[in-house]
Amino acid sequence: MNKLFKQTLLATVAAGVVATAQAETTMVIVSWGGAYTKSQQRAYHQPYMDANPGITIVNDDSASEGASKLRAQVEAGNVTWDLLDAEAPNAITLCDEGLVEEINFDKDLAPAPDGTSATEDFGKSLISDCFIPQIAYSTTLGYRSDIYDVAPTKMADVFDLKKFPGKRSLEKRPDPNLEWALIADGVDPKDVYKVLDTKEGVDRAFAKLDTIKDQVIWWTKGSQPMQLLADGEVAFGSAYNGRLFEAIEVNKQPIKMLWDGQALQLDGWVVPKGAPNKAEVMKYLRFATDTQRLADQAKYISYGPLRASSAPMVGKHADLGIEMASHMPTAPENMKGAIFYDFEWWADNKDDLAERFESWLAK
Amino acid sequence: MADAEAENELITTADGIPLKQALKKALWQRKKTALLLVSPLFLFVMITFLIPIFDMLIRSVDNSIAGEQFPSVVVEIQRWDLDSTEIPDEATFQALFKDFKVGAEQKTISRLGRRLNYEMSGMSGLFRKTARKVKKLEAPESATEAMIAIDKDWGDIETWQLVRRESGKYTNSYYLAAVDAEKLSDGSIAMKAEERQVYVNLFWRTLRLSFTITALTILLGYPIAYLLATLKTKISNMLIILVLLPFWTSLLVRTSSWIALLQKEGVINDILVGIGVIGDDGRLAMIHNETGTIVAMTHILLPFMILPLFSVMKTIPPSWVRAARSMGATPFTAFRRIYLPNTIAGIGAGGILVFILAIGYYITPALVGGTKGTLISNFIAYHVSTSLNWGLAAALGTILLLLVLALYILYDKVVGISNMKLG
Amino acid sequence: MALPIHATLGERIWHYCFLAICFAIFTFLIFPILIILPLSFNAQPFFSFTSEMLHLQPDAYTTKWYQEFFTSLNWQGAVKNSFIIAFFSTIISTFLGTLAALGLSKPDFPFKTTIMGLLISPMVVPLIISAAGMFFFYSRVGLQGTHVGVILAHAALATPFVVITVTATLTGFDHSLTRAAASLGSAPTYTFFHITVPLIIPGVISGGLFAFITSFDEVVVVLFVGSYNQRTIPWQMFSGIREQISPTIMAVATILIMISVALLVFLELMRRRTERLRGITPH
Repeated sequence: MNKLFKQTLLATVAAGVVATAQAETTMVIVSWGGAYTKSQQRAYHQPYMDANPGITIVNDDSASEGASKLRAQVEAGNVTWDLLDAEAPNAITLCDEGLVEEINFDKDLAPAPDGTSATEDFGKSLISDCFIPQIAYSTTLGYRSDIYDVAPTKMADVFDLKKFPGKRSLEKRPDPNLEWALIADGVDPKDVYKVLDTKEGVDRAFAKLDTIKDQVIWWTKGSQPMQLLADGEVAFGSAYNGRLFEAIEVNKQPIKMLWDGQALQLDGWVVPKGAPNKAEVMKYLRFATDTQRLADQAKYISYGPLRASSAPMVGKHADLGIEMASHMPTAPENMKGAIFYDFEWWADNKDDLAERFESWLAK
Repeated sequence: MADAEAENELITTADGIPLKQALKKALWQRKKTALLLVSPLFLFVMITFLIPIFDMLIRSVDNSIAGEQFPSVVVEIQRWDLDSTEIPDEATFQALFKDFKVGAEQKTISRLGRRLNYEMSGMSGLFRKTARKVKKLEAPESATEAMIAIDKDWGDIETWQLVRRESGKYTNSYYLAAVDAEKLSDGSIAMKAEERQVYVNLFWRTLRLSFTITALTILLGYPIAYLLATLKTKISNMLIILVLLPFWTSLLVRTSSWIALLQKEGVINDILVGIGVIGDDGRLAMIHNETGTIVAMTHILLPFMILPLFSVMKTIPPSWVRAARSMGATPFTAFRRIYLPNTIAGIGAGGILVFILAIGYYITPALVGGTKGTLISNFIAYHVSTSLNWGLAAALGTILLLLVLALYILYDKVVGISNMKLG
Repeated sequence: MALPIHATLGERIWHYCFLAICFAIFTFLIFPILIILPLSFNAQPFFSFTSEMLHLQPDAYTTKWYQEFFTSLNWQGAVKNSFIIAFFSTIISTFLGTLAALGLSKPDFPFKTTIMGLLISPMVVPLIISAAGMFFFYSRVGLQGTHVGVILAHAALATPFVVITVTATLTGFDHSLTRAAASLGSAPTYTFFHITVPLIIPGVISGGLFAFITSFDEVVVVLFVGSYNQRTIPWQMFSGIREQISPTIMAVATILIMISVALLVFLELMRRRTERLRGITPH
């Protein structure tokens, strides 16, 4: 018994040593999961791993709690993430708090094939010193095509319970619900943030949301609204446009989508301060954000690349063979009625409004 | 003879040591061994568990961030009176500029802004804007003018009152927030505006739901415990498996099965539609609301009620009820006056246990409660992992802990901690 | 509980009603667990029975969710972590807990109630508070997001179960056996290992099993104290339920139920062995 115990103990220790001794570099890249991560895997991670055999990229799907988890990691001095996929307002806050690295765009990122510097190529999407832009996506509305005799045509229809009855699904956060509420209540899209900046404006937005509150199922992860629509649990609701594309075109589900009122978001990368494999991550970023890669991800999901040089290279879907250009949120025909986020305003006010929103939800 | 008499007054052991002394030493030796055996675990629990809990208690009042980020301001502002009608003097503004210059460089000052934002909205934006602008400025002659030029809020008395109030090492603002109160600019305490009140409601909802769940488990658990206690041992041993299997099944497994059962397109609704009780468009909404939380948690906590009740009921001799019947009592009277009073201890034990477990639950309400069926622990989790208001999370947690401790003391009085058995 | 011959009609009716009520409650207890088994074979990614399944058509059933469980990297890592963490925390908690129980059951233990209360506190304190407290503190000392941190946290949570179970076993322990051994000339350590230990082994094993299950099934503390690298089976299930409600969860759930059943059988066998050893027979 003693001898067996000793042998087992030795074997376990040896196995542990061997496991840690393997000198492969593993990078942990944090993103949102589902179809989005799959598109990143196919367009960025896999080609990079193919070209660099000693590197393994592991996907962690906790980007929706990314900002808070990163704060906790940095505060503890134990950062385990190498790269985080973050939305623009979060990137601004993280940058201001010194939790992510500042980037020298022209030095660290690749220029366009025709020589244009990265700074020019990304243009207005460089909203912070730490944010490396990737794609534009939008939160927009989808609905079951088999329920309504007359289909909804505009964003305000989601607040119309009489003409379009049934449960709704909305994202469990203040934006873009507050903007939608105000616009549906009659505010001019140009003035939305001026109105939201006042107490009466915020009250007005919540009052409008109160009119549909009982009928709403709130989602936190991108795949949830798709599940709810597919199951028929909701008739009408918001979702990320890329997931809607997957449901409609790839899974052929009885769902249709609206572009009116689409809330355009910028999504990109931030490098955590103290990332375990910083040098490798910078190499990876140079590859993953070049013109070809950003155009490639559009082959798998309908998100618009933020480089000007990538736009004309957007071609056909890798599996379905359909032209992706018209499915981009940034396509001219889809931009009528789009809402442009004021990222700075949200960076300043999101904590406040998030708390107000949680209180409102719990009533 | 004389020796024996002398020895009668002082009894000794074989080695000549007085008996009393030897006995004391032996008892002490035994106690020492016992303590020695317990100490490793005690130290372990102390370090890995008790100290973390204590750390959390400290966080609920900790305000050292003010001293860390505003070292100069905190010193200068002490000279400023809270009742003052004028903004602080130039020296304070110079300190403000200095602290911002340092803090903006190190990128740490915005954390103080976030902390102050919990008390007054707009502080976060103010700090971030000020940090951005101060970075580009050199030491100004009139710091007062410079800062107010950056943002007029620095000329606002309320801003400075807030800074003054939260300049100490400790603060009670988190506890105030945990009970939906806040400090006004004149220093008095008032309840928050209606639309921001959430925690009192939440505590109340947690207690209410836990009470409902406890009552339901008593109602459902009593017959089962009675059946198991009065059947022949062989049969009851087999039937008790039906209670132990849920008990041993993973919590997540049971919760996911309830999701499958209670969904609109789930098993129960399908059955009801299938047998025609409800129409296809009249499916019941039993999940993502209070109903889901109540049903799922009752199911999960039921074994915790049945097992203690069962062990108490097993100690009641069946001859008592038969004796009562033989003296003319109806079955119901015999039950009410003989059996039931003897099971009160079991109901108490099981009830308190279920209640304590229910008020601390997190997973099940998170998955099936929607927004109406969430409990206080869900909000504590929200503040720890999402909003990062750790002070508030700690304050809420401390209040919950005190509640549980009160119940635990009650449990000790009713049952006795040393008598806790697990079936 | 048999109906006495002199039972009136009213009593008979009540008796059968009572049995019916008990039957209903037992169904309430067991049905949710049994329902998972068939659902894990659903060919469609739904959480409910499709009409093809109800008509028992063979191609409505599939084992692909089980295949996905065994081939997915996420789940493989989760299984590995679950076992490693549970194993080490069980060893620590069983060892420390048994020692403590031995000390606590010695007569005249000073401040028994207070110390016992403190040692059992991890079981009483709401899990969210333990998790939050451990998160804050372990972050300070750099244990957050490490395997060691999770193992220590789970061991702390599991020890009360070991202490309670072993203490209960020791209350039935016949101390005259050790005294008899001493009177026959055996040294205290010899007595301990050859008399005491074999008799309390069932209690220790039960406690160890409780500890193992506590760690294996625990999710709240892992979510806070651990990071993605320490994901366990419950962690995967929790995020799986919130994210993509696929029947792979049902397949995992079925496997876990099978493990629970096996454990129950094992415990029952242990219990019978104890009773035989002590000469107790069920009345």
